[in-house]
Amino acid sequence: MPPARVKRVRGGRFALRITGAERDVLRSLPTQLRQLLTGKDSAADPDLRRLFPPAYPDDPQKAAEYDGMVRDDLMAERLAAIGVMERTIDSDSLSEEELLAWLSAINDLRLVLGTRLDVPEDLSELDVHPDDPRAENLALYAYLSILEEDAVAALS
Amino acid sequence: MVSPMPSTAPVETAPVETQPVEIDEPIDEKVVEPEVPWVVIVWNDPINLMSYVVFVFQKLFGYSRDKATKLMLDVHHKGKAAVSHGTREKCEFDVSRLHAHGLWATMQKDR
Repeated sequence: MPPARVKRVRGGRFALRITGAERDVLRSLPTQLRQLLTGKDSAADPDLRRLFPPAYPDDPQKAAEYDGMVRDDLMAERLAAIGVMERTIDSDSLSEEELLAWLSAINDLRLVLGTRLDVPEDLSELDVHPDDPRAENLALYAYLSILEEDAVAALS
Repeated sequence: MVSPMPSTAPVETAPVETQPVEIDEPIDEKVVEPEVPWVVIVWNDPINLMSYVVFVFQKLFGYSRDKATKLMLDVHHKGKAAVSHGTREKCEFDVSRLHAHGLWATMQKDR
């Protein structure tokens, strides 16, 4: 097992053991996610459907009422987490609140990428060649999964 | 923070049940109250990590690690699990918290 990328340290903080190359990969992601979320067609973007699922799958009217009631708050919460990740992208350690924000943004990124790539539960089922156009995003998805697993383990 | 039931939102009055709610099975969860017509379902999906789902159930509902793990495994193996019960308002709140954490949650009348 490689060393965990997130480790609980003294003072209720969490050390981030990620390389400069990893940070450079992560750096642009929160901004990209914000652009997706705030784009003018975001409500109709199928890649975002997992972020705002219908609460009442068999009742479109109730589902629309629910969506109208919570969507702005869910959006604001997601954007706030994105902002925290942007502001702390070069930090060596995070508070628990900041790590929870990273977890939110990373999970949202995985939901968007996973939806876009239509990933199976077991990534090993995929036979992807390096020149496959999905290869780069699948590698990013797999990396974010490892980072999230480490973050959850540190928080648990 | 999310406030899914703002006081200005139109709150639909829950329909009054004309029949008594049937409670004929052992109730072992403190979240279950008399006359609780709604249930929150979390569905399996290929993206959310199992460890993350356990973490979210513990964080949102205060469930023990064992109970949260059992619910997660039900979602994983059976495709879905009922994770909370209550009034429509409570369930909408719980669903919104699950949605904020990226879980695929819906609600329905518990019958």
